[in-house]
Order: sequence, then structure tokens, then C-alpha cells
Amino acid sequence: MKPDMTVNLAGIALRNPVMTASGTFGYGEEFAEYVDLESIGAFVTKGLSLKARAGNPTPRIVETPGGMLNAIGLQNVGIEAFIQKKVPFLRSVNTPAIANFFGNTVDEYAELAARLDQIPEVAGLEVNISCPNVKQGGIVFGTDPACAASVVSACRAATKKPLIVKLSPNVTDVVAMALACEEAGADCLSLINTLTGMAIDLNRRRPVLANITGGFSGPAIKPIALRMVWQVAKAVKVPIIGIGGIMNATDALEFILAGATAVQVGTASFINPGAAQQIARDMEAWLTENGVVDIKSLIGALET
Amino acid sequence: MQFTAMILSNAEVSPGYWRMRMTAPPQFASAAPGQFVMVRISGAIDPLLRRPFGIFDVGTHTPAHSGAVAQPYMEMLYRVVGKGTATLSALHETDLLDILGPLGKGFELGEADEEKLIVGGGVGLAPLYMLAKELVKRSPVRLFAGGRTRDDILCITEFERLGVECYTATEDGSLGECGLVTEALLRRLDALQGRATIYACGPHGMLNAVANIAAERGIPCQVSLEGYMACGVGACLGCVAPGQQHSPETPDFRCVCTEGPVFEAGELKWRD
Repeated sequence: MKPDMTVNLAGIALRNPVMTASGTFGYGEEFAEYVDLESIGAFVTKGLSLKARAGNPTPRIVETPGGMLNAIGLQNVGIEAFIQKKVPFLRSVNTPAIANFFGNTVDEYAELAARLDQIPEVAGLEVNISCPNVKQGGIVFGTDPACAASVVSACRAATKKPLIVKLSPNVTDVVAMALACEEAGADCLSLINTLTGMAIDLNRRRPVLANITGGFSGPAIKPIALRMVWQVAKAVKVPIIGIGGIMNATDALEFILAGATAVQVGTASFINPGAAQQIARDMEAWLTENGVVDIKSLIGALET
Repeated sequence: MQFTAMILSNAEVSPGYWRMRMTAPPQFASAAPGQFVMVRISGAIDPLLRRPFGIFDVGTHTPAHSGAVAQPYMEMLYRVVGKGTATLSALHETDLLDILGPLGKGFELGEADEEKLIVGGGVGLAPLYMLAKELVKRSPVRLFAGGRTRDDILCITEFERLGVECYTATEDGSLGECGLVTEALLRRLDALQGRATIYACGPHGMLNAVANIAAERGIPCQVSLEGYMACGVGACLGCVAPGQQHSPETPDFRCVCTEGPVFEAGELKWRD
């Protein structure tokens, strides 16, 4: 008998728990040639801002052992072009599309949430709070609980769609951040975003990335991500999406055990555009082999 | 498309430069000159990301013994620059590679009744051989190959065999003219009667010089760029290049993997 792979993410029904992470899967259509988009649970589109953003100068990416650093600079088409040029594709795919977005002020976040709320093809919203608050001296929203809560409250008031808050790992106490976001009205938490890192070219005595620092992702970050998911899962009631270095079904199932209801596959999609589909298939095979009839029975089932 | 290729040969053709032939599916024969592939060098996590390589050649090998099936193949010419390419160079016949491609936008072949001037620097020759193969069918073709030393001048006899007239220049004078390849190009342009198109691939400084020469003389010019990229399919946005209108106030970035790697030189921003 085929195991039940379905999960419910704050009202979004997923055929399986495997999603793709924002910024690693374009707007979905870039991968249509390589992935059966209707074989994965959901996909998250590239982070949107009110206006189009060109992003950072190059080099923007560099590989480091077991991972990669990126400093793309949130290049995106902007909400208007998203609606005109990208949403029609979402309509053609029978898989929930989650729109990731970010702003530089609380008002920008709220305006984006309100506009995305009006798009029927968008099943849910994922707020990226790892951005500097230009009105408060550039402090990153996602590193201060009060600041994060103000963003989440404003977005909550602007949309009835499921609201996912993507947490930054670049904090002292991720649980405090998670609780602040849950309290402010988040329906779901996704974690972790990239870790801030840097790479140096010794011979040139210069940083490798034009932006100097970048976001670290890939298999090297998985232990940190697992630890944070486990800590947050024990503290909050809302469902969690586990993200961080997931390369295969084993990695994904470890996040489920740690307390995640779903997972997002990021860097792995760069290496193998069909990674999310493969992981979903292999997870199902593992459940079958191990006599697990329902994936939901594994959520938070870690024995300690 | 994504496929598993089996390595047919992998040999050093000049110090630090390798040429690899591998099996390819029959549909791969439609790859256009200037397109590229993303190669997963190992199944492990180091090196983690795929590496982009220009397609040097595609063809079909018919084994000598009777009854053998014709085998479509793809070739890459690459330089060992880091861990990924060092690992690649250590692979042997019958080893397997995971390939994504052909990717990107290749060269436009343009008009037939004009001279085709191909400019390649070092491993920049890699995507130009297939281009030359197509161009010689319709037009006179000249190749200007440059490098720091004779070791950087690759596969010239292959171009000569196509009927391409080859000029070489090295910075240390160890092969051909002593100096930059653009000097030979300029001389040819001075002698040129009728129209021409320039095609170039190589170090950014060389491309910049060629683009400026083409712009000054009003000659169409296509350049093939390299870029650091993670995905090759337009998702990571790591490999962008500044477009002609680019400035910090009016940013204009082009995605090398999907809008390129071949661009009209006039589309891009160059230093004067």
C-alpha cells in the first residue's frame, strides 16, 4: 500500500512535504523542463519587492567546501511584472505556489502582502525578514524580535492567506524570534535562511564576493538547520518548514523527525534541477520500506 | 536535457589543458555552436556545484568493426584551474558524468557573403571550433588565436584542417607573433574589403579590446562570456553581466546562462 504523503501546512494541502526554496527555483517555469512540477508539494517563487531590483555586482556566488555563498542582492522582477508575466504560468500548474517577498520598511511589507493577497494563484505568502530596516538604521528585521513582530503583524493585517515567516539563523536565540513571530500572527515558520559568511582570495588579498559577505547554503549547514528546527519545534504550536542543506530523502526525513511538517529543497536544485522530485519519490520509498503508513506520524517523532 | 555521459577519452592536449570526449544522446547533435553544458564532476559534495563548459564539438563516431552502432559524442576543451577541473582531469575512459545541456543561446551565423573573423584567447577557443565548422561551409573564415605562451594556443591544426586561415600571437613570442592577438586582427581589418563579422571568446580584457575595435569600425561582433554560475538555467542569477545601459543608478544586468553566453558586443557594457 502506498503511504500517505500528504501534509497540511496552515491550510495549504500538499501532496507531499517537499517544497522548493525561494531563490533557488526561479518562478517555477525555469524548471518545468526538468521537473514534473505536479510531483512536488509546493514551490516558492523568487523573493519579490515592490519595485524590480537589479541586485549586486559580480562575483555573486562562490563555492566553498560543502556549500556555496551567494550575494545576489535580491534581484527580482518586482510585484507588477510578477503579476503580468509570472502569475499566468502559476495558473497552469496544479501545485500550490507560495510567493516569497520582502521590503525595506514595515509599510512596504504590508503593501506587498496586501497585493499578493489579491492574487488567486498564490496559495500562501512567505515573508523574508532577513532584510535591513532602512528606517531603523539598517538593523535586520529578522534579528530583533520586536522588529520582526512588527513586520509580521502588519502582514497579518493585510492578508487572509496562510502567512509563512522565514527565519534568519543569524541570531543569538532563534526560539525567541520564532515565538515573537508566532505571537504576531504567523501561521507557519520556515527555517533556516542562509547563514552570513564570507570567502577570501588570499593571493589577491580581496574578498571573493563583490558584496564581501554572502549567504551560506548547501549540505554544510544542515546540522545547524536541524538543531534550530528541533529547538523551534519544541517551542511553538504552528507548523514548521525545515530548510538547510537538504540533498536527499534521508536529510528531508531527518528534518521531519526534528519537528518539520514540510521541507524546502534549495541549493540541491542548482546541482540537480530534478532534486525535489527525486527527494519526494525517495521519501515515499523509505516509508514503504519501513512500513510507515503516514508521513504525518514522523513529524517530531525524534526520540531523545 | 539531463543525461549520463560515459567518458570516451580524456587527454592533456597542452600543459594544463585537457580535451574530453564523452557519449551523448542523439538529440544532442542539434546543439548550436556557442552553447554550453553544466557538468556534475562527482556525486559527492566536494566539488558541490556543476561546472559550466563550452561545447568544443559534437559528432558521431562509427566504430571500425562491422555491426557496431554509431555513437553520438560531445567534446569539451577545458583548463585545469581549481579543484573541480583537477578532479575532471583525473577521470578516465568509461567513467560517468551527469550532464545538463545544451544550454544557453549560441552564436548567430549571420550572412554568408562576408568574411568571418574568429578571435580566441586560451581556453576561449573551446566554443569556437564548432562555430568555425559551421561557418566554413558558407564563408571564408580566419582565426586569431592568442595566449600568454605557446601552451595556451590550442588545437590550431584542427582549425587548419577545416580550411580556416590561422594567425597566432603569444605575449612571450614563443609561438606566432609576439604581442596581443588584437594586433593581428587590426591588420586584417585594415586590409579588409567588404563586410565581416567578428566572433570572440576569451579573457575579459581581450573581449573588451575586441568589442571596442568592432564598435570603432562599425563591425558586427558577438562575444561569448564566462560567468560564475550555480544552476545554468536562469534561477540562481549568479552569472549576470552588465548590459550596455548599466550604471549604479540604472542597473541593467543580463543573465549569462539564459540570455547568453553569446551576446552582441553592443548589448554589453565595456570599458573605453
